[in-house]
Amino acid sequence: MIGYIIRRVLYAVPILIGVCLFTFVLFYLTTSPQDLARRNLSAKNPTPQQIKDWEHTHGYDQPKWKQFVRTTEGLFLFRFGKSDGVGGQRIITRIKQSWLPSFEIASLSFIASLLVNLTAALVIAYFRGTYFDSAATTLCVIMMSITYLLYIIVGQYTLGRLMRITPVGGYLPGWQSLHFIMLPVVVAVVAGFASDTRLYRTFILDEINQDYVRTARAKGISESRVLFIHVLKNAAVPVITNTVSAIPGLFLGSVLLENFFNIPGLGNYLVDAINNQDFAVVRANVFIGALVTIIGFIMTDVGYALADPRVRLE
Amino acid sequence: MYVLKSLLTISNALPVLVAATFIFALTRMKKQPLWAEAFRRIGRNKLAIVSLVVIAIYALIALTDSFAWQDNKDKPPVSLLMRVFAAAHVQRERTYSAPFAHYTTGEPHPHKLKGWHLLGTDGAGFDVLMQTLRGCHTAMIIGGFTSFLITPLALLFGMSAGYYGKLPDDIIQYIFTVVASVPSILLQIALLLVLGPGVINICIALGLTGWVGLCRLVRGETLKHRDREYVRAAKALGASNTRILTRHILPNLLPVVIISITLGFSGLVLSETILSYLGIGVPAGTGSWGNMIDGARLELARDPVIWWNLTSASMALFILVLALNFFGDALRDAIDPRLRSN
Amino acid sequence: MHSPILKVQNLHTWFETPTGTARAVDGVNFELYQGETLAIVGESGSGKSITALSLMQLVPEPAGYIEKGSIFYKNRDLLDLTWEEMRALRGKDIAMIFQEPMTSLNPVLTVEKQIVEAMQVHGTATGAEARKRAVDMLNKVGIRSPQQVVRQFPHELSGGMRQRVMIAIALSNNPQILLADEPTTALDVTVQAQILDLLASLQKELGMSMLLITHDLGIVARVAQRCCVMYAGQIVEEAPTSELLKNPQHPYTRGLLASLPSRARRGQELYTLEGVVPPPTRWPKGCRFALRCPNRMDICKNVLPGETALSPQRRVSCHLYNSDSAEAAVPLENPS
Ligand SMILES: Nc1ncnc2c1ncn2[C@@H]1O[C@H](COP(=O)(O)OP(=O)(O)O)[C@@H](O)[C@H]1O
Ligand SMILES: [Mg+2]
Repeated sequence: MIGYIIRRVLYAVPILIGVCLFTFVLFYLTTSPQDLARRNLSAKNPTPQQIKDWEHTHGYDQPKWKQFVRTTEGLFLFRFGKSDGVGGQRIITRIKQSWLPSFEIASLSFIASLLVNLTAALVIAYFRGTYFDSAATTLCVIMMSITYLLYIIVGQYTLGRLMRITPVGGYLPGWQSLHFIMLPVVVAVVAGFASDTRLYRTFILDEINQDYVRTARAKGISESRVLFIHVLKNAAVPVITNTVSAIPGLFLGSVLLENFFNIPGLGNYLVDAINNQDFAVVRANVFIGALVTIIGFIMTDVGYALADPRVRLE
Repeated sequence: MYVLKSLLTISNALPVLVAATFIFALTRMKKQPLWAEAFRRIGRNKLAIVSLVVIAIYALIALTDSFAWQDNKDKPPVSLLMRVFAAAHVQRERTYSAPFAHYTTGEPHPHKLKGWHLLGTDGAGFDVLMQTLRGCHTAMIIGGFTSFLITPLALLFGMSAGYYGKLPDDIIQYIFTVVASVPSILLQIALLLVLGPGVINICIALGLTGWVGLCRLVRGETLKHRDREYVRAAKALGASNTRILTRHILPNLLPVVIISITLGFSGLVLSETILSYLGIGVPAGTGSWGNMIDGARLELARDPVIWWNLTSASMALFILVLALNFFGDALRDAIDPRLRSN
Repeated sequence: MHSPILKVQNLHTWFETPTGTARAVDGVNFELYQGETLAIVGESGSGKSITALSLMQLVPEPAGYIEKGSIFYKNRDLLDLTWEEMRALRGKDIAMIFQEPMTSLNPVLTVEKQIVEAMQVHGTATGAEARKRAVDMLNKVGIRSPQQVVRQFPHELSGGMRQRVMIAIALSNNPQILLADEPTTALDVTVQAQILDLLASLQKELGMSMLLITHDLGIVARVAQRCCVMYAGQIVEEAPTSELLKNPQHPYTRGLLASLPSRARRGQELYTLEGVVPPPTRWPKGCRFALRCPNRMDICKNVLPGETALSPQRRVSCHLYNSDSAEAAVPLENPS
């Protein structure tokens, strides 16, 4: 197991280098350092010399391969350098400020979703074959057909504007942050509810018809124990696999939610950076996003092996 | 005369071509027992038939919006759909107006409307019904063209990785792990910045991030089939790798691929709205439900609330996606009872 | 013999299927006595497993249901019990082992957990005591290194070992009745014999009653004192095993016996029963075996034969032995 994890971590290095290369190539396809310089220099019509100086201070005057090696090295050492934008703020400072709101929203909505969806799926599975079951699955398909955007808009309009339970947007640090992330988290949970619940229900039903469930019942175990111990432990295996796909999905959620609700998180930072073509910031954010995703992949595999004794990590 | 000539454009030929290919493929499939059986099962499923009819109506509306011709050399081409509205004397107003209203909304001194609007008008004074119907075209292109881009890519990479193993597999797996490690919304934003706005560019961006899932599926399925007896038998008979891949493995992958594409179609249609929200969606002037829903953010804060724009676009989008989801589920159940959802 | 510990009367278990109502068990009667082994034999699809599952009230839902009948255990009709009362009986008074040892154990729980759980739910043993009992039980079912096996997961064990674990689970609460549904069918021949001997010796040792379900008359001869032959959801013949093997009465039983390889004379072609069991959604109106029966008479096609008692211990459902239709009977001839 330890050996496997080490190997996976080592394999993450070429993947991350690939991600960096990809970002790098994409950047040079989109824009050029001169454009960046012109955009970010305070002077209206910068002289060629000013542009040269700017390129030099941000390292864009070196040969391309050298730039790539230097920046990639920096990323791996978490030395993200300075922003390309006006003012040239240190990126790490900004990341330190903005990781927390993102993390709060992502982790809270992830855990809440998992709990809510799994419970809902178990309840629906308990009533399998009844009208409640078909009504619930149909409701899931209906909810899946609504765009995320509408959930956000309607969520903000009803909870924030009409009922005034939550602020319509914004963020304050500390304990007050809970007040502000409540709405985004509720929206994320509701928007993601249908597809996962429906999927988990199938996982559970696949298990309910297995022979070992009949054995458990023949032992005289109560139906709830059969469902919550025997079936759930087995259904956990595919559920865990499914959470991998949720991790990059969390990112989409945070980009949209942070942007919409004006929360100064990483997602917002990133979208701003893309719009300003602040390459240094994009680079750093993409790297962090990929890193988190890869860690998620590895954790999933480990969780999978822990949940299912038949799986051996090779 | 010029009218006829202006009909002969690539953008007019494309939908005809797509429809023809689709019908041809269906007639071919009908001859195969597996598909014939699947069609029969779908035929018995009322919900699937209703969904299919709904999808067909959307497709037809999309078609009327894709046929365009010029009246004379100097005028831009106008689509059949727009001509229908023009013929019905649906005119552009000054600004917002509610459904069935006689006066504009939101102006200090409401103006009398020139015409009658079933679903009202939007901020630029366009008829909301027309805008909503124009969205069908965009939605269908985004779903259809992206699937059209994804499928060959995923099949080529997935099948080579699964069939040849070793180095090709390592390389392809490396590529798709890299792509999968970058959150797809990021990639889409970045690609759209490179490519610039436009419906086709959205398809390319969605395709480049979307092929990974299908590729992984195809690779897994190919791996499964590679070791089956019939493939070994074909090999023993001296069939070439290309022949085995195209004649033996590909037909066996088709059911899974078709199910996956049908179920993925709705997701693609939905992602248009998200890109529109982020401001990198369909350019203004093209019908787009995403833009309409996005615009509603500000409209809901107005007094009086402008709800008809949001409602029309959301309903149009919702009904299409719902029909696609129901149909996709029915198709999956019909093709592969083992994959049944219940 | 003592009084019956289990008395099944007129049991009907049906399934609602897309093609109609499948009457899988359709009027079964039998009695199980204290301390005996009763076998139920029949081809696959004749309704044996569903009979056993009906006794446990574990018929696959929602398609399956017990239409009517009664199951008397200790003078109570199990079908009148509440779900909770029935649950308390399951695994404690009546235990069951299944045909598929590969899939019948929970793959994500250790052997120990699965045995201990059986005792815990009924409160017969808890904690350290239950764990000790688990090891003892594994010892009892002939597992040589129980200390090690308790910590293992089902996939780490062979088929025979898993079936032994299943037996250990079933017997951990000293049940009165053990329902064994083809316990050896999925196993290698040598392992089959071991498991059968184990079951027979444990049954004697614990003094429980066993209902052994099988399609193999060889197994019946080996362990069962009495035997019921099941065909198309009904019991067509019941007799002490030795008598049944020596002198089968129902044409179906005779066919089954004649098709046993060990019984065929050298050089003679092996007898096979013609045709297949009709689908349970469309049982024939008359005798369900009529279409395959070598002794078919006119009456067989239209009238379902009732039970005829041949002796206090023997009964058969066949028009050949029915006094009303006896005149029409053709002379008996043994197909072997
Ligand atoms: N889940 C089910 N749904 C519908 N019919 C069933 C189901 N389980 C069993 N049956 C019917 O019951 C009949 C008897 O099954 P079973 O008792 O398993 O036979 P066997 O004698 O081989 O154990 C089968 O032929 C089948 O038609
Ligand atoms: Mg059986």
